[in-house]
Amino acid sequence: MIRVEKLVKKFGEFTAVDHISFEVGRGEIFAFLGPNGAGKTTTIKMLTTLLRPTGGTLEIDGLDPGAHSNEVRKRFGIVFQDPSLDGDMTAYENMELHGIFYHVPRKARIERIEQLLRLFELWERRHEQVKLFSGGMKRRLEIARGLLHTPKILFLDEPTLGLDPQTRNQLWTHVKHLNQTEGVTVFLTTHYMDEADRVAQRIAVIDHGKIVAQGSPQELKQQTGKDSLEEAFLSLTGSTIRDEAATSADQMRQFSKMWSNRR
Amino acid sequence: MSAIYGLWLRELRRYVRSRAQIAASLGQPILYLVALGFGLGPVFQKAGQGNYVQFVAPGIIAMAVLFSSVFSGMGLLWDRQFGFLKETLVAPVPRINIMLGKVLGAATVAVIQGLLVAVVCFIAGFRVVDLRTLPVALLLLGLIACLFSSMGTAIGSVIENIQGFQLVMNFLVMPIFFLSGALYPLNNLPGVLGVVTSLDPLAYGVDGLRAALLGISHFGLAADFSVLVLVTVALLFAGSYLFSKIQV
Repeated sequence: MIRVEKLVKKFGEFTAVDHISFEVGRGEIFAFLGPNGAGKTTTIKMLTTLLRPTGGTLEIDGLDPGAHSNEVRKRFGIVFQDPSLDGDMTAYENMELHGIFYHVPRKARIERIEQLLRLFELWERRHEQVKLFSGGMKRRLEIARGLLHTPKILFLDEPTLGLDPQTRNQLWTHVKHLNQTEGVTVFLTTHYMDEADRVAQRIAVIDHGKIVAQGSPQELKQQTGKDSLEEAFLSLTGSTIRDEAATSADQMRQFSKMWSNRR
Repeated sequence: MSAIYGLWLRELRRYVRSRAQIAASLGQPILYLVALGFGLGPVFQKAGQGNYVQFVAPGIIAMAVLFSSVFSGMGLLWDRQFGFLKETLVAPVPRINIMLGKVLGAATVAVIQGLLVAVVCFIAGFRVVDLRTLPVALLLLGLIACLFSSMGTAIGSVIENIQGFQLVMNFLVMPIFFLSGALYPLNNLPGVLGVVTSLDPLAYGVDGLRAALLGISHFGLAADFSVLVLVTVALLFAGSYLFSKIQV
């Protein structure tokens, strides 16, 4: 469903993603793990047509995101790591516009919006502007919105960051359900190893832009000789704390500033 | 089609909800109308050009439309800042449709602003010469709004930060306004200014409005319409191309 070969992304001198290759099968739940700044989000951005790769090949459902952007966009849904809601619109309006973008028929749209807003306990406040929401509510709305249409591939970029255990549980139960009943392929990143252990069938660990290990949670534990995925992860990526690198957009901005000063 | 409608509706909802913005964006045209309209009125009259409020009102209405369109078009900057841009970028909607939705939304808002200013002009003493030409004037307002909303969206696709907005206002939007002949007649301008003015798309908008509302024209209504339509279409395509090149 997803095929990545020798993928490279450079921001000026800095190599964010360095010749990575992996495959995600149809209907698989795949976790992409790595410390801050390892290249997870940059990879997701390239897979979802938001960034163009510097080198290598990408395929989503047999299509190249660069050449067939719109066809690829029809096939995936995404929950972004950082906010992507319109604060001036209400929760309901945000959901509605998303449904329109993804051609969810009116009747199904109305039903699913209600179902999802109820599931994430936002139904009572659906007519409030999103800018009045708390951080957790916004996050829940992002997730509800990402699940509104049933894509072939669902990208979840640290979806549970800052959520309470109840909401996390709801999310993963729902995602597993989608995966089992509708055959949705899931590509997720998370910092919570227990989540990856619980839902993922296969895991790739990325560090400094390179993939350092791949396999099922069981295989990773065996490879490293550890009992838990958390320990396996630490032994693969070391225990030094990473500074969150600036986002790729920041880096581009920085780069273009350097550029324009030079001229 | 429906994505265009969705994005159009979004612009309208945002407009209706930001009452402060509505009031603020009416302030400037009203100031120009009152200060210049009445301040320069006697001089204009002495020069044998007739009633200045009558002359300047179409220019002020065009100004309101210009500012409002560029401003809403550049709303893309805020979308980028607050993250909503990503949601539109990954949407499986052809870029030209996203562009059309945004432009039509911004343009609708701008036309409403223009009409509000027109009401103020009427209160200040502005009178239309022939009511039957009002639909023509409305069509022209729509075109001006589409043109500058496209321009705003195109610029918003390229500029990445709020500081750039100030740059665009000072070095693009203000010159477009001052060189359009909104405040003075285009006849008998000194050489270079005459040429620069004829390159300003708003000059054709203001001229068309004067033709429709007052029956006086410099370029001729046909030329005004042709230039406005051509530039709008060109900017629409340029804008959707630039939008498709955005990376975040």
